[in-house]
Amino acid sequence: MNFLRLIGQVVLGFFSIVGRVSLFALTGVSHIFRPPFFPRLVLRQMIEIGYYSLPVVGLTAIFTGMVLALQSYTGFSRFSAESAIPNVVVLSITRELGPVLAGLMVAGRIGAAMAAELGTMRVTEQIDALTTLSTNPFKYLIAPRLLAGLSMLPILVLVADLIGVLGGYLVSVHLLDFNATTYLRNTWNFVESPDIISGLVKAAVFGFLISLMGCYHGYYSKGGAQGVGQATTNAVVSAAILILSFNYVITALFFGQ
Amino acid sequence: MSENGANSAPKKISVRGLTKSFGKKQVLQGLDIDVGAQESLVVIGGSGTGKSVLIKSIIGLLNPDAGTIKIDGETVTGMSGSERERITGKFGMLFQGAALFDSLTVWENVAFGLIQARGMARGLAKEKAIATLAQVGLSSDVGELAPSELSGGMQKRVGLARAIATEPEIIFFDEPTTGLDPIMGSVIDDLISKCVRELGATALSITHDMASARRIADRVAMIYEGRIIWDGPVSEIDNSGNPHVEQFINGRSEGPIQMQVTG
Ligand SMILES: Nc1ncnc2c1ncn2[C@@H]1O[C@H](COP(=O)(O)OP(=O)(O)OP(=O)(O)O)[C@@H](O)[C@H]1O
Ligand SMILES: [Mg+2]
Repeated sequence: MNFLRLIGQVVLGFFSIVGRVSLFALTGVSHIFRPPFFPRLVLRQMIEIGYYSLPVVGLTAIFTGMVLALQSYTGFSRFSAESAIPNVVVLSITRELGPVLAGLMVAGRIGAAMAAELGTMRVTEQIDALTTLSTNPFKYLIAPRLLAGLSMLPILVLVADLIGVLGGYLVSVHLLDFNATTYLRNTWNFVESPDIISGLVKAAVFGFLISLMGCYHGYYSKGGAQGVGQATTNAVVSAAILILSFNYVITALFFGQ
Repeated sequence: MSENGANSAPKKISVRGLTKSFGKKQVLQGLDIDVGAQESLVVIGGSGTGKSVLIKSIIGLLNPDAGTIKIDGETVTGMSGSERERITGKFGMLFQGAALFDSLTVWENVAFGLIQARGMARGLAKEKAIATLAQVGLSSDVGELAPSELSGGMQKRVGLARAIATEPEIIFFDEPTTGLDPIMGSVIDDLISKCVRELGATALSITHDMASARRIADRVAMIYEGRIIWDGPVSEIDNSGNPHVEQFINGRSEGPIQMQVTG
């Protein structure tokens, strides 16, 4: 009896959280389309998310591309399938590793920063102050962040794709003595637009989720500095879990039978 | 004494049966209060008695469990978002911790309501902000600083400037002098009185600083156990005949009000 009640509580709790987050997301999205708009704030968030994440995303991508080439070489050379290396590198990067790794890195950087900023604004009553100044906090704080996350992650992932392939190329050509032209030709011939498009769709979804988790946990944080710390942790962890699970779902939608 | 005369003029703020609890904790339990036009009402009461909750409910930052709130005769409880925003446009508020936006400079804080809500051009809004800063005794070069570079007293002044910049009809002051030295406290009180008078605004302040209450109030109300237990002109506060009020204004630890001291 008690056991069943526990299960019921967990299930109800789960759905109530999903409901709350969805409502939050819908409200935020609806304010993206309703004036007044805050282009300056959107631009500032875009720079924060897109431009300042470039170094960390670029570094992640180049080392991932390099290690992919190296690993697949040690494996494939046993049965002389080295020619498949450009294929493995470009498909892994564009379909999976580019969006997922960029998403996780940005979740750590941006999700945490958003949660900390909004959380501090909440506990110091700055969010309440917005309302008293006739400014809807969803319009002023949430909508620009959602929009910037949604639009900047695909661009970051496109850059990550290029840099990742470059990493694989560098290792293959300079370390494993591949022919440069052949490598590039193979890369180009193997990759198809669904590979890249699925990666970019993932990136847009991940970017939205990162901003959503950062905003949600920051917006509802309470209890001073400790509450803000908690919100920051929750934002990063929940964004990471959502990224990994949505990654599976989107992959299944694109490439599943 | 707790009835303040049935005036025929519509009250600026009228609260009836306001009830709010958080979980099991009952904070407001059927609170009634009225504030007349251009009146300055100060609500006094101990820590945690729900003074901030009262103000936040009136502004619409918290949803009361029961009761009605009327602003200029319009019932605002249960209003839709856009209607509510029209009402919020009449308000200005000075927060307990000033609540300045730390991503903006001081003048941008003061001009915020003018630019965002009134749609004023930035250049014009800046001039108005600098003028408002001067009203609260701050020079124009303070306008370029970040809020974090200011002392607590200066932050309160900027918060005051931000609250009055849009020339609101109703201004709320949440503990305007808490945490300030007595001289700065009285400077802020004088500024509040002056600004409210010049704007012809209605003011609802909360405080537990009796000196401050005496300086800014026309009328004083005391909140205790979720209700207003005494309400009268500031001149009568020393002869209230209410043991709770007497204990509070004299700051005695012995009396009908028992502090919860958990040890
Ligand atoms: N958002 C909230 N969630 C849960 N409890 C709350 C919330 N806001 C206020 N409370 C509780 O309501 C009670 C009244 O709080 P309130 O802030 O109104 O006190 P106050 O009279 O303003 O006190 P002070 O003079 O110390 O500022 C407190 O016990 C507080 O714990
Ligand atoms: Mg308070």
